[in-house]
Amino acid sequence: MGIWLLRRVGQVIPTLLILSILIFGLQQLMPGDPAVILAGEERGDPAVLAQIRAELGLDRPIWQQYLLWMGKVLTGDFGFSWRIRVPVSELILTKLPVTFQLASMAFIIAILIGVPLGILSAVRKDTPSDWAANGAALFGVSTPNFWLGIMMILLFSVELGWLPPSGYVPLFEDPVQSLSTTIMPAFVLGTGVASVLMRHTRAAMLTALSQDYVRTARAKGLKERVVIWKHALRNALIPVVTLGAIEFGRLLAGAVLTEQIFTIPGFGKLIVDAVFNRDYPVVQGVVMATALIFVTLSLLTDLLYMAINPRLRNA
Amino acid sequence: MSASTAPTALPAAESPTRRAIKRFLRHRLAVFGLVVVVLFVAVAILAPLIAPYDPLQTSWSRIRKPPSFDHWMGTDENGRDVLSRVIWGARASMMAGVISVLGALAIGVPLGLLAGLAGGWVDAVISRVADAMLSVPFLILAIALAAFLGPALENAMIAIAVTASPVFVRLSRGMALDAKATDWIEAARALGNPPWRTAFVHVLPNIVPPLLVQASLAIAEAIIAEAALSFLGLGMQPPNPSWGSMLNSSQRFLTQAPWLSIFPGVTIMIVVLAFNLMGDGLRDALDPRADKT
Repeated sequence: MGIWLLRRVGQVIPTLLILSILIFGLQQLMPGDPAVILAGEERGDPAVLAQIRAELGLDRPIWQQYLLWMGKVLTGDFGFSWRIRVPVSELILTKLPVTFQLASMAFIIAILIGVPLGILSAVRKDTPSDWAANGAALFGVSTPNFWLGIMMILLFSVELGWLPPSGYVPLFEDPVQSLSTTIMPAFVLGTGVASVLMRHTRAAMLTALSQDYVRTARAKGLKERVVIWKHALRNALIPVVTLGAIEFGRLLAGAVLTEQIFTIPGFGKLIVDAVFNRDYPVVQGVVMATALIFVTLSLLTDLLYMAINPRLRNA
Repeated sequence: MSASTAPTALPAAESPTRRAIKRFLRHRLAVFGLVVVVLFVAVAILAPLIAPYDPLQTSWSRIRKPPSFDHWMGTDENGRDVLSRVIWGARASMMAGVISVLGALAIGVPLGLLAGLAGGWVDAVISRVADAMLSVPFLILAIALAAFLGPALENAMIAIAVTASPVFVRLSRGMALDAKATDWIEAARALGNPPWRTAFVHVLPNIVPPLLVQASLAIAEAIIAEAALSFLGLGMQPPNPSWGSMLNSSQRFLTQAPWLSIFPGVTIMIVVLAFNLMGDGLRDALDPRADKT
């Protein structure tokens, strides 16, 4: 177990290292000279440009620049925002809880919709309920979630006036207001994941229901309800749970557009605003941080998989 | 190797391709998807002929008019005909979807084959880079790449192509590894075929079916990604129409002109749904495990 964990972490390090090179390399694609962008009004003054270049290390060879940047990243320093002169790490840490709240709510919604629908359509395979659930899932993956967001604002804010169309109130400031500002974006984010969870739950349940132990349970005369919930579902949920953890990471990406539409000041809005402001250190920092979260999540997934699947524990 | 060794008594067997086509055609929803896709490709190609108005022509007297007989989808904030813009937008979206996936194939497949067949450090480097790219969610990587390249439809397509390629690297690497273990690749190599010939003549044709399935699903994703990038202002630039950029500008008029948001979005949904249906159907038709039925 310990050795396995070490080896697994060992695989992650080169991945992140290569990613850091790719992210750093992005900067080379950038049109224009960063010093000129930063200098603003003073861009005509060569002394100012030289000073900026020296300060940011832009006058050094590219590999030195990379090592300098990487050395800082390792200590959690992603540089500072060109636009607002605040450390990127600080920006990320203040925005992350907002997106985390949104993603958690979306995840709960996705599980509440996706898993029961998956069970239902597996148990009633090839009936109208199964077709309806499959159809809903197909629509769920085919609808761009930013458009779904606009449509929900149109219905619930513009037409019905039930929910605020935009804005965000922190959870600990006013929980009720906070929920009313995040429920729509969370639903929008959750539907895509709900569709994926539904399909996987259905497939896993169908596999479980065809197993010998289910036949045995039925042959013993157990009630169908007990067979489904105690015997089939417990085994079917193993792959679903692990998939869920990966999907949670995907919610972070989905949040980019959702936060944009509902003007929620989270992680996703941070990267979009940074893109518009040509605030490249923030873009790099956010991408690197996302990768870290993603890699950590898939590591946790593997651990979770081992925890709920005893057969793998001694492997 | 020579034809004379083939048994002649057997009746001409149905080719696997024909069998796959038959299976696909039995799949009603998949055929529906294919029909819709063909329809939209036709719309994209014939846009100049079928669009009732010039998609760029503004009109002061027709600003934000709701759908009517003259303008089936209404007019936008500059008095332009929404239907014509949706039709021309099909060009941007279909082109972005197809070209960026072709790009992803062109990058991903050769690298994947190389990694799988060469093995060793070549495989290690290619696989690690693919892993690294897959460790960032697709859209975030595409946004970052498009941001650094600068806002333009071509750059959005490059960004989507590059970010979608690791999936194809993984797929073709896996298939190449499987193929490497088979007797016919062994035979091809024993006959003295150079490695590139083995890769392209003997391995590639055998991995076309799974690539085809993956590609049609990837086009669906690429169309959403292009719409998302254009929505963020990183794709098609105004005043040129694309579904994503139409949705972007529609947001400001949600209360006064909801039709501006409804039609481009419904169109994206229909096209993506069609590609997904087609991809699912292709998977069922090309999956050799389904041969038994």
